[in-house]
Amino acid sequence: MAEKLIGTDIAPPDLVAKITGRARYAEDFRREGMVFAKLLLSTMPHARVRGIDASRALELPGVIDILRADEVRQREGPREAALTNEPKYEGEAILAVAAETEEIAASAIELIEVDYEPLPFVLDPLDSLRPGGPNAYEGGNIFSQGEFGDLKWTEEDFVEVDAGRMPNGEASVDWTKGDPEAAFAESDLILEETIVHQSLSHHPMEPRSNMAYWENGRLFAFVSTQSTQSTKFALAGAMEMDPEDMTFVAEYCGGGFGSKISGAPVMEIPARFSRKIGRPVMLRITRYEENYLGRARPGFQSWLKMGFKADGECNAIDLYIVQESGPYGSGDFNSAGMIADLVYTPQNMRFRGIPMYTNTPPKAAQRGPGGAQIVTMMEPIITKAAIELGIDALEIRRINAPDPDVEFGPRGSTLTSVFAKEALELGAELFDWEGKKALSQQRVGTKVTGIGIGLSPYTAGSRGYDGMMVIRPDGKLWVHQGIGNLGTHSIADTARPAAEILGLNWDQVEIVWGDSSLGLPRSSVQAGSQTTHAHTRANHAAGMDARRKVQEVAARRLGGSASDYDMDNGRVFRRGGGGSMTFAQVAEAAIEMGGEYDGHVLPEDIHERTVPAAQLLVGQGLMGIARDNYGGQGGVYSWVAGFAMIELDVETGVVDIKEYVGVTDCGTVIHPRSLGAQVLGGSVQGMGMAMTQRWVFDPKWGVPFANRLYTARPPGMLDVPIDMKWGAVGIADPQTPVGAKGIGEPPVGAGGGALTSAVVDALGGKCLCRTPLTPDIILAELEGREQPFGPLDQHVG
Amino acid sequence: MGDAESVAVLDKKYTRRTFIKGVIAVGATASTANYFIGGAGTLGAQTMPGAAERLVTLNINGQQRPVDVLPNETLAMTLRYRLNLTGTKLGCDRAECGACTVLVDGVNQYSCSMLTHQVRGRAVTTIEGLENSDTGELSLVQQAVVDEGGFQCAFCAPGFIMSMTALVEDNPNPTREECAHALSGNLCRCGDYQKILNCAMRAAELTRSV
Repeated sequence: MAEKLIGTDIAPPDLVAKITGRARYAEDFRREGMVFAKLLLSTMPHARVRGIDASRALELPGVIDILRADEVRQREGPREAALTNEPKYEGEAILAVAAETEEIAASAIELIEVDYEPLPFVLDPLDSLRPGGPNAYEGGNIFSQGEFGDLKWTEEDFVEVDAGRMPNGEASVDWTKGDPEAAFAESDLILEETIVHQSLSHHPMEPRSNMAYWENGRLFAFVSTQSTQSTKFALAGAMEMDPEDMTFVAEYCGGGFGSKISGAPVMEIPARFSRKIGRPVMLRITRYEENYLGRARPGFQSWLKMGFKADGECNAIDLYIVQESGPYGSGDFNSAGMIADLVYTPQNMRFRGIPMYTNTPPKAAQRGPGGAQIVTMMEPIITKAAIELGIDALEIRRINAPDPDVEFGPRGSTLTSVFAKEALELGAELFDWEGKKALSQQRVGTKVTGIGIGLSPYTAGSRGYDGMMVIRPDGKLWVHQGIGNLGTHSIADTARPAAEILGLNWDQVEIVWGDSSLGLPRSSVQAGSQTTHAHTRANHAAGMDARRKVQEVAARRLGGSASDYDMDNGRVFRRGGGGSMTFAQVAEAAIEMGGEYDGHVLPEDIHERTVPAAQLLVGQGLMGIARDNYGGQGGVYSWVAGFAMIELDVETGVVDIKEYVGVTDCGTVIHPRSLGAQVLGGSVQGMGMAMTQRWVFDPKWGVPFANRLYTARPPGMLDVPIDMKWGAVGIADPQTPVGAKGIGEPPVGAGGGALTSAVVDALGGKCLCRTPLTPDIILAELEGREQPFGPLDQHVG
Repeated sequence: MGDAESVAVLDKKYTRRTFIKGVIAVGATASTANYFIGGAGTLGAQTMPGAAERLVTLNINGQQRPVDVLPNETLAMTLRYRLNLTGTKLGCDRAECGACTVLVDGVNQYSCSMLTHQVRGRAVTTIEGLENSDTGELSLVQQAVVDEGGFQCAFCAPGFIMSMTALVEDNPNPTREECAHALSGNLCRCGDYQKILNCAMRAAELTRSV
């Protein structure tokens, strides 16, 4: 019997390359004659470039040329370009210089004189809503139906803002389910809070460097991106070229977390520049540049009213979110509203939200976009309610967590499976919740213990992509993956179902990825935790197609009917005896038979983007190729329940995270060790979000103070517990053939919410209602000092 | 680590055989004229007063490597762009992340924050130098990472592995806390610290068993 692959620890096949230095990330590619590009970044948060004098730069020996904004794709409305003459944030790229060395290019940048016309700018969305306040765009501060508009709240609204309370001014999204007003009238406890969640950078370890060159009219692009196949099409769109005239290489990605989903606008620069100057161009992005260009999670300024019955049941929510969207927008706030309804199941809810453009570095989905923020913001309120009602903080979450038949949001959305309560149960056991409760709010010396829980869901799947694989005459199964290789190991793990269907051991499987010239099928973007679900399905479908073809080839060669044949360990054999063939022989036979067997005839329902990739593989062996037609009803969501114990030092305000447990409901477990890394790694990111990371700007000039890694630092090894635990409920999702859902997104809110609620617990039920909870903020509260900023202020250091 | 000790460490690591191989390899690998990529001959243009390249010989992974470097060139840039040792990663260019960590005389150092001229006469080990150059066998630390399925995106991995190598050399019997302290100069944005610490403990275990 071939080995069982699903549910076992198998190190990914690229691990040795990663740890010997052989793995090539985008900045590791070299090409004869390669030159370096360097960007000139705007020094103003909003300006118009009136003129550029690059004459001194162009005279510098070694400088080749410059690339200007009018040479890259520009689109109408609040849409980003790789280079711009109207920068909307400090740090936006104005132009690029190419030179023989990076030092020369950098020197040339210093010799360029840019004449900026400063324009009004806004950093805090509330400033833009204030009557007479500045806008991020000259045309206004909102954009709908192709036009800018100017939305302002009233003077009365701002009487509230100035008193530190969030008003309920005009919103652009407004939905209600049930009857919140009537429900609040029946609540035994109503909590009302103003909550601020600050924005924070993605900061993947690998900046978005990339390289490109042209040869015989063909573009060769080496890009740092989360996805592969879909990024190729995104770059072709930006270049306004036929995607089949491009060889796209993205073998490794040093992290993205939502900031490199389909690449990045700057990937257009080497592609355009190398065509212009006829030399390969490397654009090495430094951390300084990544800080500006590298995306950030949007911040929220919010008002929350939450009603509870005496037994802890949440019966009504009224939530208002103003989102700091940066210059190019983001949809986080909408997801936040949906997830608040999903996690706490109030049955009566009103949600209002308004995304406001600001002149701060661009915002984008960051792992659990909207969901991670809202869980981190609301979990402390749940703990506060539990303390006020005298209910166990675990019990109040158990009471409110959804069952599998949950309907949420304004349209009554449903889910394929929900085992959130089971995750809470297993988490409580691994964390020893009962034992830890005895330590809650206990003070020893200067340290008070707090315990907290973060229950965090997020989307975890999609449907309808293509799987493509070939059994070659070497007898191996070559699985072609169009998804990206960003460290989740899904590039290999999603191939396991196909190998199991074909009865293969893992050493009989090869993964093909990261280079479009090798043939990559249409794939999901590697984002929204879709991949594990989407591509175990696609590879399951293609594996089944390959299995049928193997049986038919065997029947044709050895007699009998296809259904007489089974397969194991790289052989297909007639049940009960009567001949067998190796997969190598099957592959040879499939090539001789042609037609659908070796890819000469392709299924009609595969995507048009898969077709050219499949045509590259025609005649190489037995082709398994299919679209995921398994269907399904409802959204696919995974969950993580995070449990944290902290010690809060009342003399310093420092929070020391002592223990952490994360338990997931993500369906069937494919690769336990890798899953544990996702659960705990994502939780660590949530800890950084809750405790340390944020942007801080000089309000007068609109330039950031807290930036890079050292002033807004993601957690280091000493900032998190040195031994954390994880677990998985492990109940299969009933609507997908492999039972597996994704995992990337939900742990962030679990880690963040567990920490913010643990701090509330340590403070005896006082909610500071703000992230990150830096020591100075906690200390001011402990010492009864007024915070040096208003309750609604964004970008506070 | 004192000078004498560090030399002893290197004696263990680099046999005479690998040294001779290194010297032979110099003829093939010396690329003194330019960046590894072979651009036009304008490198070293006078972008600042006195910024002329100088030929120096570096000891990299046991090989003597003659290379032209600028006075202000960092070791990380020399490794990546002159010698094509791209396993050393640049994550921040400024001693914030540790992705560029290499060993200099056995001590883990940020190569983005050292000038290449500072390492003349010293032994530099990069991630490419950890495998046994005769057999291709992984180092014990690398083997430990394979055993534990270490790292996610792995952009930080070369730096962490160099710090782990220095750690187990210095203290083959560390506690988990000591590992965390020894590796705290390296940042992993995937937050994979649990697994990285498992790798470090496994590396120490393998080191003790030889």
